[in-house]
Amino acid sequence: MDLRICHLYPDLLNLYGDRGNLMALAHRAQWRGIDVHVEESRLGVSPAPGAHDLYFMGGGEDRQQVLAAADLRERKREALTDAVARGAVVLAVCGGYQLLGHYYRSAEGEELIGLGLLDVTTEHPGPQSKRLVGNIVVRSPWLGGRTLVGFENHGGRTRLGPNARPLGTVVTGFGNNGEDRTEGAVSRNVYGTYLHGPLLPKNPALTDHLLTLALRSRHGPIALASLDDRLELAAHSAALVRATSRT
Amino acid sequence: MPSTLRLAPAVILGKATAVASRALRLGGGTTMPGRVARAVAPDITRQLAARLPQGCVVVTGTNGKTTTSRLIHHILQLAGLRPVHNRAGANLAAGIVTALVQHTDWRGRARGDIGIFEVDEATLPAVWDPLQPRAVVLTNLFRDQLDRYGEIDIVAGRWRAVLDGRPPGETVVIFNADDPLVSDVGAKFAGTTVPFGIADASCGAGTLEHAADARYCYRCGVAYEYTVVYFGHMGDYRCPQCGTHRPQPLIAAEHVELAGLQGSGFALRTPAGTAQVRTVLPGVYNIHNVLAAAACCLQLGVPLQTVARGVETFAPAFGRAERVRADGREAVLLLTKNPAGFNEVLRTVMRATGPAAGVVLIAINDLTADGRDISWLWDVDFEMLAGHVRSLVVSGIRADDMALRLKHAGVSSTVMTIDGNLSRAWDAALQAARNGEPVYVLPTYTAMLQLRKILQQRGLVKGFWEE
Repeated sequence: MDLRICHLYPDLLNLYGDRGNLMALAHRAQWRGIDVHVEESRLGVSPAPGAHDLYFMGGGEDRQQVLAAADLRERKREALTDAVARGAVVLAVCGGYQLLGHYYRSAEGEELIGLGLLDVTTEHPGPQSKRLVGNIVVRSPWLGGRTLVGFENHGGRTRLGPNARPLGTVVTGFGNNGEDRTEGAVSRNVYGTYLHGPLLPKNPALTDHLLTLALRSRHGPIALASLDDRLELAAHSAALVRATSRT
Repeated sequence: MPSTLRLAPAVILGKATAVASRALRLGGGTTMPGRVARAVAPDITRQLAARLPQGCVVVTGTNGKTTTSRLIHHILQLAGLRPVHNRAGANLAAGIVTALVQHTDWRGRARGDIGIFEVDEATLPAVWDPLQPRAVVLTNLFRDQLDRYGEIDIVAGRWRAVLDGRPPGETVVIFNADDPLVSDVGAKFAGTTVPFGIADASCGAGTLEHAADARYCYRCGVAYEYTVVYFGHMGDYRCPQCGTHRPQPLIAAEHVELAGLQGSGFALRTPAGTAQVRTVLPGVYNIHNVLAAAACCLQLGVPLQTVARGVETFAPAFGRAERVRADGREAVLLLTKNPAGFNEVLRTVMRATGPAAGVVLIAINDLTADGRDISWLWDVDFEMLAGHVRSLVVSGIRADDMALRLKHAGVSSTVMTIDGNLSRAWDAALQAARNGEPVYVLPTYTAMLQLRKILQQRGLVKGFWEE
């Protein structure tokens, strides 16, 4: 069995240890004997539609995000729209998440048009507003009520439309906008979230869930073998403790 | 009360706080005296700084501030000056006032000639106006503590704004030509600038590493082309679109010979001639620190020979390649703060140890001074440790995260010991070291302070404020 991953903008959107997400996906598949091919798709390149089972996009600074937004619309839209239609997985973190929505309005009021693959909009309330920064814990009912742990750092406030459901409910931290207790967005197999840390190494249940969906899109239903997750779960627990401590 | 009348009580209270904080064993008293003094006289920084007959110099940037400013301090002392310096890395506004208060006598007279202040890169705008520095040294800009500073472009933007408002002729800008982001700020300055850099392609590390930050031209957004990369995004770069390129360094290191943890030697080329220098500071990143300090001291009128002698006689700052002896073994303490610095430290350690021989202790904390966001661990190339260390002890508040990162780097669990308790982790590392084999200790900032405290209680090192 093989898994084909497309890493979008590995050198442009890589702000918060995002490559850790790639490592978690690739290693957890390889540890189960699955062949993994990772293709990096940079500025100016169009991935061939149908060529990948899972697409990942990280976060970047404002300047990088502007570069990525235009390129996404011009060079990546076709492959990603096709991916959604055939049930491939798209995972985007932070800046990448914002660009999967309808638009991102920056602190200066500049509007970046997103791909609209998630029914969300993001607005930055202005340069004087507080960034939403800190350890975060989310509970995901669709993941058996499991917790997801991570760190968030964003100025933009994201609101969900009727066609997106949240990735989870905020237990500690801010989430999408610091107000409605929602975090992230899911629509079909498209996942967006503000959690980095990076997200996947410390949340093995989510990683395996995404791997299962991605493999299923081409290989049919599969059951992943279990792994020795002692280090993963220890780091997960440590992050839970950290998120609720005061220092 | 007019602010000048408040000065004397502010100084007295500040000094009394320093005495009290040490007597009560609250620590080094490196910031509290300044906080107290500023509460009494908010304008105290400006007033005390103005009393320094030769003005002051500011050193800022992500990495190398402490080492560079200590080097400048040491060289200026050799040149016969009495520098006022915020040592021990107290580089926020309160730490700077504390240094000024401590170097003012009870009657308000300055007990120093010139101020050497290392300033947190995000704090620069806040202290710029009261300090009115005659020279500023810009070391580099790396991703560091993103949760605190926002993004490095924002920091660069703040520097730009500060320098734009400065009349040319009042400040000299000394900057790292090998860092494209810093150069973009420095080279734009309307007044005198002194670019420094490495002019020896043999120091190159090959290709851009993962942690590289400023890969794209600030103006065009096009990726820089590098003919040589030293580490991180430091190197000889050019934008293929607009032609922006690394400025020719005025102060340069040529014919570099790296001697692992023993330091390095190189020819220091300056407009005043060339001097052969040796430093015990290891790694390519320390060559930049030496160049920055040399450029600054030459600019202040110190003769080249004194600069060279100062570089040679300089002992490293605490935690910056400091050596500690314990139970017949040697530990080398190498502070790690961010991916680029960590990669350099790892490379230096790997060069110094034989294959599969090293004993390494990594301690990761996530307190405010370390940066609460530890995702940067995933940008460090720990892969180079896999199969190359005999024993790896992992500690600190985020020991479990570090262990997971090492698992993904391919480090075997059989060589790993995980213990969040730093005291026990230290013992485990020493035990793993055979006689004569050094232990490499790689802590984040607060883990370093914690370890210093433990070693101090065991009588192995002095308190850092005593140095």
